[in-house]
Amino acid sequence: MGLEAIAAAFARARAEGRPALMPYWSLGYPDAPTSLRVIQALAEAGADLIELGVPFSDPLADGPIIQHANHVALTRGITVRACMALAAQARQSGVRVPMLAMGYANPMLAYGEARYAADWAAAGVDGLIVPDLPPEEATTLEAACAAHDLALVQFTAPTSTEARIQLAASHATGFIYIVSVAGVTGPREQLAEGLRDYVLRVKAYANGKPVVVGFGISKPEHVREVGQFADGVIVASALLRHAGEAADPAAAAFEFVRTLQYWR
Amino acid sequence: MVALSRTTQTPTPDAAGKFGAYGGRFVPETLMPVLDELAEAYEELRDDATFRAEYEHLLHTYVGRPSPITHARRLSEHLGGAQIYLKREDLLHTGAHKINNALGQVLLAKRMGKRRVIAETGAGQHGVATATACALLGLPCVVYMGAVDMQRQQPNVFRMRLLGAEVRAVESGTRTLKDAVNEAIRDWVAHPHDTYYVIGSALGPHPYPTICRDFQSVIGREARAQMLAQVGRLPDQVIACVGGGSNAIGIFYGFLNDERVRLVGVEAGGRGIESGEHAARFAESAHPQVAGRVGIFQGMKTVVLQNADGQIANTHSISAGLDYAGVGPEHVYLREIGRAEYTYATDEEALQAFNLLCRLEGIIPALESAHAVAEAIRRAPTLPRDQILLVNLSGRGDKDLNTVMPLLEEENNGVG
Repeated sequence: MGLEAIAAAFARARAEGRPALMPYWSLGYPDAPTSLRVIQALAEAGADLIELGVPFSDPLADGPIIQHANHVALTRGITVRACMALAAQARQSGVRVPMLAMGYANPMLAYGEARYAADWAAAGVDGLIVPDLPPEEATTLEAACAAHDLALVQFTAPTSTEARIQLAASHATGFIYIVSVAGVTGPREQLAEGLRDYVLRVKAYANGKPVVVGFGISKPEHVREVGQFADGVIVASALLRHAGEAADPAAAAFEFVRTLQYWR
Repeated sequence: MVALSRTTQTPTPDAAGKFGAYGGRFVPETLMPVLDELAEAYEELRDDATFRAEYEHLLHTYVGRPSPITHARRLSEHLGGAQIYLKREDLLHTGAHKINNALGQVLLAKRMGKRRVIAETGAGQHGVATATACALLGLPCVVYMGAVDMQRQQPNVFRMRLLGAEVRAVESGTRTLKDAVNEAIRDWVAHPHDTYYVIGSALGPHPYPTICRDFQSVIGREARAQMLAQVGRLPDQVIACVGGGSNAIGIFYGFLNDERVRLVGVEAGGRGIESGEHAARFAESAHPQVAGRVGIFQGMKTVVLQNADGQIANTHSISAGLDYAGVGPEHVYLREIGRAEYTYATDEEALQAFNLLCRLEGIIPALESAHAVAEAIRRAPTLPRDQILLVNLSGRGDKDLNTVMPLLEEENNGVG
């Protein structure tokens, strides 16, 4: 559970000479039961960690694909509490890999920061990601996460100065989320130019914390290339695009995650 | 010389950009360094004599400042109580106070060496103002506008295009103002180095609420001096409508240190608070889907209309400019410390005020401004004749004729 489980997942991937694979799925998309089956399928397909999207009406950092998934899930009545229940059900059904809840700050604030951390932990989640809560504003949540053995992931962006990379690295627990491009989430054909140097720059400050690249990672080639210099990759929009509107989203998600595992 | 610099008595945000507990920066990491850069550039330029002179020159020779103050004699007589004065921001170039901020920020963009300007717009007034400033200063301009708003405000879409701006329809979310802000921020995240984002109100992540307030505070400084020169004394109350709250903060700032002057903000009551169809963030509400609570929205901590689960509420107002879920953070602070009070006017009350001002004063107000007029109409009869209410008439109503025509014709037919 918690930080140890996250560290173990990265250690295992590293021992196998490959990046940890962390697919993302929006809870409640296309509906609650289907999203639970997708989470189970991601675990069965060999995901090392799973990022659970907590839908928000105004997801600033997200492109059209995740926006759409959020929107559909909210239209069908998903709530923060229902998201936690889905995570708990996933755990009960045998999903063992670390799970991190990715949700924006306002639903968290409405829920209550301390209770938000406590209840996610109780649901069996191992860490939190809040993309619009910079380290400067995360003091309360940091303490709550620490109290419940939850990781609190921090971000770096291509615009980050050395000082901000240091800030993110010193506050991050679990891993450092490296946003690969200046832009919102969404599949991209090519990896960002200079990505390797940027990741290595972050690594220099990471103090051994895993660095994970997200935004635009869409293909097995991307996973392979990024795996040469990062500890993990996050695949979100490409997976949602591939599986979200498939006849059987769980089967499609399973198959997509398998194709990303170039090491198989 | 227009003083953009701080005065000693007025509150400025702290180092984290907070007014009390509100404001700050809640944005994806990509924008954090960009906001630092903006804050630094602005700190430098706000006290730069050349920059201030250039801005002031344009306000005088292009925007049409100072805007006059009009004594609304017939309206005051009709109400039989306090005297109502109007600060005439409706007479400015492009027809509203928005140009004060847009011009200042585009000037700032130019001084920062940015090559491209983006903006969001709801009713289209801020979009038109930004497109105008960009035409004047020679910068390309992209305006994000909700697809629903584009339908409702076609003349302003055409105006922006005439001025050389590219208007991009926003199809996400509710396809209105808040989604246009989201889309503009997403554009900015993707072009952080070459693009300047002109936010249209005293909203968003630090330093925007401060920048917008400073550029709009010219309204209050002028109004204070004009009241003293023309009437010989300060008003008893200053009344302004509050969407994001830029015209209100602009006029309030002139009187902030005059403790005897009451500052009154008027939000959009829409179809009534109980209906849940409004944009009155400060109104008491037990509605499960729409209640104003402290939250984090579009880069700031502020009071925002939301449901119990923290999802941002859909708002409603007859005036597109007030139809927004969040309020500028400094208003939350002014309310909390008791310096300003906030109330609301419904669609119906705003329409009646609109009608009355047309008939009694020959002024067609923007529907936004009509909310402030409605509050003055409510208060004036209860006050003695020597009291003075100063209303910020933030814009003119030509843009609203399509909205108003069917409603008022219906009403007139009904009344007979």
